[in-house]
Amino acid sequence: MAIATTWRTKRQRYSLEGEVCPTCHQAIFPPRDVCPHCSEPAGPVHTLSGRGEVYSFTTMYNVPRGFEEHRPYTVALVKLDEGPLVTAQLTDVNEQEVQIGMRVEMVTRKLREEGSEGQIIYGYKFRPLLQQSA
Amino acid sequence: MRSVSIVGIGQSPVGELWDRSLRHIAYDAIAAAMQDAGIETADALFLGNMLSGALLDQEHLATLVADFCGLRGIEAAKVEAACASGAAALRVGIMAVASGLHDVVIVAGVEKMTDTVGKDTTAGLATAADAEYEAIHGVSFVGLNALLMQRYMYEFDVPMDAFAGFSINAHRNGVNNPNAMFRRAINEETYRKAPMIATPINMMDSSPVCDGAAALILVPTERARQYTTGHHRGPVQILASASANDTLAIHDRKDPLFLEAAYVSSQKAYLQAGVTPDDIDLFELHDAFTIMAAMSLEATGFARRGEGWRMARDEEIGIQGRLPISTMGGLKSRGHPVGATGVYQVLEVVQQLTGEAGANQVPGARVGMAQNIGGSGATIVTHILGV
Ligand SMILES: [Zn+2]
Repeated sequence: MAIATTWRTKRQRYSLEGEVCPTCHQAIFPPRDVCPHCSEPAGPVHTLSGRGEVYSFTTMYNVPRGFEEHRPYTVALVKLDEGPLVTAQLTDVNEQEVQIGMRVEMVTRKLREEGSEGQIIYGYKFRPLLQQSA
Repeated sequence: MRSVSIVGIGQSPVGELWDRSLRHIAYDAIAAAMQDAGIETADALFLGNMLSGALLDQEHLATLVADFCGLRGIEAAKVEAACASGAAALRVGIMAVASGLHDVVIVAGVEKMTDTVGKDTTAGLATAADAEYEAIHGVSFVGLNALLMQRYMYEFDVPMDAFAGFSINAHRNGVNNPNAMFRRAINEETYRKAPMIATPINMMDSSPVCDGAAALILVPTERARQYTTGHHRGPVQILASASANDTLAIHDRKDPLFLEAAYVSSQKAYLQAGVTPDDIDLFELHDAFTIMAAMSLEATGFARRGEGWRMARDEEIGIQGRLPISTMGGLKSRGHPVGATGVYQVLEVVQQLTGEAGANQVPGARVGMAQNIGGSGATIVTHILGV
């Protein structure tokens, strides 16, 4: 990913910064200019809680260039408590234990390294919800 | 608007064509189609391709190919819509002829995916998804389809080997297609033993990475007979051409398990052609993954919600079945050279409707449908052809 893109999207990746629609009041992530629910102009910044549950998941054995380091890894669609689905990796979990409906929370982790000269990109992953933070 | 017909077809074999460059395989298909239609030149070339820039550092592709084919002075442009590039190029060709802007148009699709190593090709294919919110998380194109399949199996309580029939049918049909990449039959044991790529998608659920090119010649239907007089084959009329899109990312869909764009584009196509699903004699669907075959059958009106997988049996989808699909091997066995696939599908419908499908001939086929999907259901193009 280009450095400018990484910089521009950092608040989304570091803190799940989305929006809430001023017209239909639905939460939106990632932020858009037009609300996907009601097609009115999308709303002010709204940071999502980072809690949700696994909607679906896959453990990937063949991975794209740049992601070899952690192969195999598990990618999920996470249904956030506020409503939006997000695509993200699961972490701190044994892949055998992942189930649809499992409660998860967002953490910040390294997403990829672009070689010795390139960027190290950080962003959200999700781990099983810890008891003490539940 | 003028009615449009196909009067020439040409294809290269599909496979790992390491001794041929992109321009050579495109030439093979285009030259064969031009010879088939008996034409020396054309007004335009519309070329479907997805990955030439990402994998081969080559853009400006349609002019490169036209130049290599000796077609100078004509209009040439590449059309890109991820894996639906081929059918999207066909739609541009149809619009050009139907509108009267052009009289003779070459539509081709070409893809060269095996010049690069696997993980680069995997990264290239992932560009069909949202780079900032999907691909950055390391999800591959197979991975996105795996997310759909996992949820589908959970929601509809589908057994693990329910999808095997799609793959077995495709391979059985591929055996008789001289241009198919895999010309060997498989059985349920082959399916069960196939290694996982991205759970629950195994190697036998997934179409292969490969090279290929296919081409069609379009003319106005009112003049089609002049190209086919004395020819072994008559023209095939395009009865419908329709396209619809959905959100690029799966995570933005209200119902990820329903291919809304397949529903909308097939409904538009049925209306244009004046047919219902019952009138379709064969269906070249986008079986890039077995889950896509099941979901396509549901969205296009051939199966109920959550039951598309139940059609993956011989009596339903085989050559003699209720709705033959993947009749020349489909994406699974003929192969899926992504930007060329939509053109191969339509070419194979032409073969079926003109009695040229050999051992895989669907008896009495008069109306055929092809549906090409870009991304995980984000762009879906449907064509219906008839004789
Ligand atoms: Zn809204």
